[in-house]
Amino acid sequence: MRIGDFKETYAADEAVFRTPTVRFWLYLLGAAILVFPLLAGEYLIYMANITAVAVVGAVGLNLLTGCTGLISLGHAGFMGVGAYTSAILITKFGVPFILTLPLSGLMAALCGVIVGAPSLRMKGLYLCIATLAAQVILEFTFVHWESLTHGIRGLNVPAPTLFGLSLASGPVFYYVIMIVAAISVTASRNLFRTRVGRAFIAIRDRDISAQLMGISLFRYKLYAFALSSFFAGMAGCLMVNLLKVVTPEQYPLHLSIQYLAMIIVGGLGSILGSILGAIFMTIVPELLRSALGLFQGLDPQIMSYLFPLQTVIFGALIVGFLVFEPHGLAEMWRRAKAYFRLWPFEY
Amino acid sequence: MDILPQLIVSGLATGGVYALIALGFVLIYKATHIINFATGEFMMIGAYFCYTFMALAGVPVLPAFLLVMVCAAILGFLVERVILRHMLGQPVISIIMVTIGLSSILMGLAEIIWTSQFKNLPPMFPRAPLNLGVAVVRSNLAYGFLISMAAVGAFALIFKYAKAGVAMRATAGDQMAAFSMGINVKSMFSLAWALGGIAAALGGVIIGAIGGISPILGGVGLKIFPVVILGGLDSIGGAVLGGLIIGVLENLAGGYLDPFFGGGVKEVAPFVFMVLVLLFKPYGLFGKEEIERL
Repeated sequence: MRIGDFKETYAADEAVFRTPTVRFWLYLLGAAILVFPLLAGEYLIYMANITAVAVVGAVGLNLLTGCTGLISLGHAGFMGVGAYTSAILITKFGVPFILTLPLSGLMAALCGVIVGAPSLRMKGLYLCIATLAAQVILEFTFVHWESLTHGIRGLNVPAPTLFGLSLASGPVFYYVIMIVAAISVTASRNLFRTRVGRAFIAIRDRDISAQLMGISLFRYKLYAFALSSFFAGMAGCLMVNLLKVVTPEQYPLHLSIQYLAMIIVGGLGSILGSILGAIFMTIVPELLRSALGLFQGLDPQIMSYLFPLQTVIFGALIVGFLVFEPHGLAEMWRRAKAYFRLWPFEY
Repeated sequence: MDILPQLIVSGLATGGVYALIALGFVLIYKATHIINFATGEFMMIGAYFCYTFMALAGVPVLPAFLLVMVCAAILGFLVERVILRHMLGQPVISIIMVTIGLSSILMGLAEIIWTSQFKNLPPMFPRAPLNLGVAVVRSNLAYGFLISMAAVGAFALIFKYAKAGVAMRATAGDQMAAFSMGINVKSMFSLAWALGGIAAALGGVIIGAIGGISPILGGVGLKIFPVVILGGLDSIGGAVLGGLIIGVLENLAGGYLDPFFGGGVKEVAPFVFMVLVLLFKPYGLFGKEEIERL
């Protein structure tokens, strides 16, 4: 049983991973991620890829919504911007995939700043509706800027290569995605040890107080928008290179809502929460599909209920978590840990 | 025939229906400060209620309308009582997300109950289009407009003169003061949701009568955001004006700009206009500026 929380050096106090136990489990997780594609089949690798991309996107949205308190319904739009940037750079200009990754992030960040700048005077509901408008306008642009985006037919992207090495097969691209996801998570974890991250939290807790303490609201809200869209853009870039095609239907308003659901289910303002939420919300529909598949023998029509059931469960999860567990999975995880740490005592 | 008056008149007619739906949103926001993202789904469910009564049970038009209103009121009441009551005093993000979750639940349920097939409401209005001289309006749209305006007028009268309406306004003004004057604030919340549900459902029936119904009918509900932002979130008059403006605007934009963009301008124009408005007036045209104190 671990008791108390005392440290002898500043280095220990500042460490991201506080104890050897944490570090041990983390190395184990890293090893598991490395070994996973050797053991898993095509389908599982694909699921892992999708989940990791969702992690990148959710971490980005959590920076904006969870940590800075600015709700955004335009996240899918920014992902779309990243996806289209990557696809256009690759197909029209022959830029290598690895270069398009930061470039699509930057492009999305630029869009984020353009949307964010006028939104800085608004908050709460008005901001929410302004970002909704951004989503609608971006979707319209994807469909109707025919010369660049090929409209609803979308763009096909060749298999990505890295230094002449083909990344076509699942396992290789899996590592690329995992590295990007790991970097994203680490970067945002570290962000909250810096001035910028703390300014974000101050703005979320009370923006006027933050301003009085000398935090430039304008600048830091823009940072939040830019950073969040940067992550979204990278996620979009990974997505398009994973699926090798980009169409406007891949980035609808519903996806924005899905990302919001991820960070709410996972836990607003928590990095661990973004990861757990992304995993949870990607896996639950799959589990539902297999669960319904079990009953297919009884009623061949049952698969037609899959989509509406998913919709209902999706909504019920959002409502349920907000009503019963507003801090999400991260909080449940923390409580579970605390329970076992102190067992058999109450506190 | 010149296209301009035609566009304006049918835009006004559509705008009247938007005004009714926006009214459902404003009623709820005014009384409870909850932003109801599920307004569109309330519409959709209302339209399906109407379909069930008229097409499946064979109820005539007027009783069917009454039944739809009763059912919608019960739905609104239940939603408030079961879900939203728990969210009192929560941050804006949570409230917005709860109503978004709710809209997802309603959409899924509608698809399970009524399947995702496109359905047509039985004809409920005389078929002859209305000829106004300068323009011709489809009969569904014209009667829809009249019903909407009648409903908006009725709601305005309730708000202004009925005892419950006055109590609701008092609650909107200051919950504490209303409470200390013996107004049952909680039942006012329920009432607001019931009325909001009725307004949205009526709007849904009209929209459904014009264009048919399917579970994604609720998407129309997104358009009320430009309307309410334009009109101010807590003003009934603003909702009506905003509805008419947006109706005309989207029709004009659709009529004149579609050839240049290859269609779809109608859907996006209200949002572009709204962004422009918000750029200069962050609280909308008629919205109340919120003053914050530490």
